[in-house]
Amino acid sequence: MKLITAVVKPFKVDEVKEALKAAGVTGITVDEVRGFGRQGGHTETYRGAEYQIDFVPKVRLQIVLDDDRVDDIVSCITNAATTGKIGDGKIWVTEVDRVIRIRTGDEGADAV
Amino acid sequence: MDTGDTAWVLISTALILFMTPGLAFFYGGMVRSKNVLGMLMQNYFAMGLISVLWAIAGFTIAFGGTGPIVGNFEFAWLSDVSALDGAIPGMAFVGFQMMFAVITPALITGATADRLEFSGYAVLIGLWSILVYAPVARWVFNSNGWIFESGALDFAGGAAIHINAGVAALAVVLVIGNRTGHGSEPMPPHNLPLTMLGTGILWFGWIGFNAGSALAADGVAAQALVNTHLAAAAGMLGWLLVERIKTGHATTLGAASGAVAGLVAITPCAGFVGGVAPLIIGGLAGVICVFALAIKARMNWDDSLDVIAVHLVGGVVGTLLLGVFADTAVNGDVDGLAFGGGFELLKDQFVAAVSVAAFSFAVTFLIATAIQRTMGLRVPVEDELLGLDQSQHAESAYSS
Repeated sequence: MKLITAVVKPFKVDEVKEALKAAGVTGITVDEVRGFGRQGGHTETYRGAEYQIDFVPKVRLQIVLDDDRVDDIVSCITNAATTGKIGDGKIWVTEVDRVIRIRTGDEGADAV
Repeated sequence: MDTGDTAWVLISTALILFMTPGLAFFYGGMVRSKNVLGMLMQNYFAMGLISVLWAIAGFTIAFGGTGPIVGNFEFAWLSDVSALDGAIPGMAFVGFQMMFAVITPALITGATADRLEFSGYAVLIGLWSILVYAPVARWVFNSNGWIFESGALDFAGGAAIHINAGVAALAVVLVIGNRTGHGSEPMPPHNLPLTMLGTGILWFGWIGFNAGSALAADGVAAQALVNTHLAAAAGMLGWLLVERIKTGHATTLGAASGAVAGLVAITPCAGFVGGVAPLIIGGLAGVICVFALAIKARMNWDDSLDVIAVHLVGGVVGTLLLGVFADTAVNGDVDGLAFGGGFELLKDQFVAAVSVAAFSFAVTFLIATAIQRTMGLRVPVEDELLGLDQSQHAESAYSS
């Protein structure tokens, strides 16, 4: 089992979600996050006082799935989330030891 | 008794009352989210405390008897105010002036944001209203007052309200010191939509503040109304122009600040000027007040929400420009410099501004120091870091 974590631009989330549903993904977890990468922040000015805003808002998606679906789903996210501009985000894949469905106690692929 | 005049003064009273909630939201949006209830509370609380004090003693100190400095106690507890009945009932005048008394100390809260202990604040504005505002209102608004007698003009309170509160704000800031983290931590406004809402309410209420000060439903009131609106409009444009050139952006906070600066500056002038004067006064106030923002940085005064730049400087601009643009063709019997009156009025305006500023600074500094040394005026640092909402009121504005 693998965990795919993707950090994407907030306005791309709906496109990514639709693409994942179309690809047969049955569940994703989403949170609003802030951070910085090469995109950098921006400045805001209030009555002449400048504030450097370093953290940029992003959305983080987490998807647990079977090993053989990983390549397929990574390219699905990449296609949906790309704008070609700096700040499109990152995807990383990590190993998952166990997955359990709470209601039934099913484990592994059956639990996803 | 004139029913038309009375009706207009009663309506104006309601309009001015609404300015204090407007001010609360104007300031409330600019503070950090942990202090917004503290700010709203300080302003709304003035509507409670100052109204009661005004009825007991403030009104009679300002408007009783015939003394040039302070009044007597003939109207204490609002007794016998029917003696003031004329075109409007004495009681209408009491209510109208009460709303001025309420909002003036509330103006100070912008400078002292995020760090006043609530009970210390309550004592501060209570004493200030009786010891500073009521005498100054006497000098300026009562026909026996020495500034009124001197020939200086102040239609709706450029000196009595804005210079007075602006200088008092500085005095309190000097006593309590800067916010913890001032200059090292970012403290941007937490909710500019609240500030814009408050600005709209202030602008709306200011119609009553200035045009109501005619105390009649007449041509002077109409002139004051149009002047007030035009000065706000020109103030907004002036501020935005400078801001756009200096920083590259016209900001919503700049639009709000410029409009308020224009409103402050036209306040002393509203019923005494006409023609293009309100545009010049408002526009100049917008431009000068943006540059005045630099004063607090230069002096390291944490005038948190720019009461000095907007109210003190705006009040001075209006009070002095009235010495230039006062026009007997509009109202009154003194012409300013631009209408052939020479420097006489300008000199009187200068004396009035300096006198109010000096008195207000000295007495406010003493009151604030006395409170700070006895019961305490500034919150302990841990309460400041927690925020006023939780430390002073055991509440949160926004549940998470």
